[in-house]
Amino acid sequence: MPLTHPETELHNPQSTKPPLDPHLKALENEAIHIFREVAAEFDRPVMLYSIGKDSSVLLHLARKAFYPGRVPFPLLHVNTGWKFAEMIAFRNEIVKRYDLDLIEHVNPRGAAENVTPFSHGSALYTDIMKTEALRQALDAGQYDAAFGGARRDEEASRAKERIYSFRTPDHRWDPRNQRPELWNVYNGMVRKGESVRAFPLSNWTEVDIWRYIQAEDIPIVPLYFAKKRPVVERDGMMILAEDPRLELLPDETKREEVIRFRTLGCFPLTGAIRSEATSLDDIISELETATVSERQGRAIDRDQSGSMEKKKREGYF
Amino acid sequence: MTAPATANAVQEDAAGQVLAFPASETARATRDSRPLRLITCGSVDDGKSTLIGRLLWDTKAVKEDQAATLRRDSSGKQNDLGLPDFALLLDGLQAEREQGITIDVAYRYFSTDRRSFIVADTPGHEQYTRNMATGASTADLAILLVDARVGLLEQTRRHATIATLMGIKQFVLAVNKIDLTDYDRARFDQISHEFRELALSLGVRQVTAIPLSALKGENVVYDGRASMPWYDGPTLVEVLELATTRSSQTVGFRLPVQRVSRPGESFRGYQGTVAGGSVKPGDSVVILPSGMVANVTKIVTFDLVRNAAVAGDAITLVLDRQVDVSRGDMIVAIDSQPLTGLAFDAQIVALQPDGIQPGKRYWLKSGSRRQRVQVQPASQLDLKTGKWEPAEQLAMNAIGKVHLAFDEQAIFDPYEQNRTTGAFILIDPDTNNTVAGGMITAKRSALGGIHTEDARVILSLPADLADQLMATELFAARREDAEVRRVSAGRASEIIDTIDG
Repeated sequence: MPLTHPETELHNPQSTKPPLDPHLKALENEAIHIFREVAAEFDRPVMLYSIGKDSSVLLHLARKAFYPGRVPFPLLHVNTGWKFAEMIAFRNEIVKRYDLDLIEHVNPRGAAENVTPFSHGSALYTDIMKTEALRQALDAGQYDAAFGGARRDEEASRAKERIYSFRTPDHRWDPRNQRPELWNVYNGMVRKGESVRAFPLSNWTEVDIWRYIQAEDIPIVPLYFAKKRPVVERDGMMILAEDPRLELLPDETKREEVIRFRTLGCFPLTGAIRSEATSLDDIISELETATVSERQGRAIDRDQSGSMEKKKREGYF
Repeated sequence: MTAPATANAVQEDAAGQVLAFPASETARATRDSRPLRLITCGSVDDGKSTLIGRLLWDTKAVKEDQAATLRRDSSGKQNDLGLPDFALLLDGLQAEREQGITIDVAYRYFSTDRRSFIVADTPGHEQYTRNMATGASTADLAILLVDARVGLLEQTRRHATIATLMGIKQFVLAVNKIDLTDYDRARFDQISHEFRELALSLGVRQVTAIPLSALKGENVVYDGRASMPWYDGPTLVEVLELATTRSSQTVGFRLPVQRVSRPGESFRGYQGTVAGGSVKPGDSVVILPSGMVANVTKIVTFDLVRNAAVAGDAITLVLDRQVDVSRGDMIVAIDSQPLTGLAFDAQIVALQPDGIQPGKRYWLKSGSRRQRVQVQPASQLDLKTGKWEPAEQLAMNAIGKVHLAFDEQAIFDPYEQNRTTGAFILIDPDTNNTVAGGMITAKRSALGGIHTEDARVILSLPADLADQLMATELFAARREDAEVRRVSAGRASEIIDTIDG
């Protein structure tokens, strides 16, 4: 695949691949429609880019939506400083390859006060380094629309979220007072300071994401594929033991396991799964027989009941 | 799908740990069709949450950790089969969990080997008509739940009416809790007969009635033959697998333009999602509202330059000449054009506490086009009787017929013919909130004359005559059939002169 296309080049080297099945095609069409609608209606859109598989699909759809033009908005990566090293390397490569505008934001307060998942606990750490950081970045850019890769099948409170999810000037979500959303007619009217989070992948499921990655040959971070990696067991999760900042507790030992990740976030808070899946085919068949959901590996969802809804009300994606 | 219902019971050990799940039948899904969108409607005690929970559970859409959360949250609330309280799985918002009710539309996803499904799960209470209308707007099929012991309710008629208005043509009547009638066949036959009559009165022909027990999982995903040997029809999932998704391909080509793509001087493309019909290079098209004509030269997508596009495709269209096209315009087939004009009739559902105020100017958005509109309510549907009663304003949850008056040309198809180009939302300019969903029924002709599409008469009369006429009892009974407009005597004679030629 060539690294860049001239802007008006109409021949795409992917044209030999077989057409998408009608199910994925319908989901793709819907997502492209949302991308175009938001880009046309809002003054300053931005796309939240978390480097994970959903972000990879989101980015691919954005490129499709605006082809043969460039993606007409920047990508925003809220970095906590505790992402997997492979994620950052992947991000840098993608930005270069697709000629994208990337904005990286780290919460300066968190950095100054040395907020870490180890010292502050996952709840406070997430609040400062993700939720607060995101609000800072959105305020700084004065964005009136932010694309996110959230899916309704991920979590119960997300099942009720609109495709255009309205936010107050302080980024709050009021789940009891959402704008009705009928057909595919979206209400993009906001006042100054208010904004919308737009979710083009709302109707996708985890399996759809993987089947689409396979069908479209979308690059993803290699951590999704099984490999022998150093891990340590902590709080019932297997976490990756590669980063020198990870200090082992007295009763912990590092060991090698063949593992992979179903979701990617901050490495100290993301649990690996034992898996032999080294290809997309393997991953998809593993998923189709899986009996646990993908967010099971996320420590932050389990802090308390309704914890995602609480985070979302405060501005978390 | 043929295993008996008892095979899928969840086994638990003493600690409440889930050991085994329904036997997996995971062949690789082929998904050779688009996802089916459906809506579930029922009143509070019909077991709607249990039915959806059962669908998700038996198609393995619920995972172990979600079940564990469920178990944690539902401690002590398990039913007599040892299954978790499915309603908790569905009611995602904390307020809902606290109050034990469903407030808002929630979307659920599950799939079988043959197809995937998107369920709009909507609350049953009367005050949530607006949520049901929202869920129904995108649905291909409606499942109406009734309790076998209770039979049809006023609620059932209300739900069927709303679903029909929103354009749903396929219905499943789920006669739930049939186990509590000792699988009484006569009871089932009676309820399904009554429903068929109701459906016919609404003009719905595609109805399937199924006796089922959501709690026991009979005739939902797995068949209930062991308990109901007398029923040889399909299970609920079998009906859903065979239902049709809506298609707008039978009407003329429609492309509401979302944005103009100009990445360089040499390229200009019009981006949007085909909202009806199909298009290919060489086709002649008209740009509305300007009326300019052009020919299609290319259909551009990221993957390849295509030789055709059909309804639902997100495309970029290139035309053979420089024409003025901007967001909100519609590119349409030259030989099958939509209606354009300044006045239309529509049916709307009022969605907000302030209702719809007569004469107020709202924003109307349809496709990518947003314009100012004045809304005049004419009548309101009485959901108890199914009759339209005169109304001058519409309160929240009301379904009404309204007249729309625009400052600039509007472009629509009747909703009956096209669920995309015939649909719109109203936005209150004071709050920016979405205050109504609407469906175009017809274009209104200009002053005078009898208008063919809606058989509604517009009477333009001098003000004194108009007032006299409107005061009569005869007219009060026929208000729905005629609209009286007050004009000056001079204007009235002009109109009459024009008609006389």
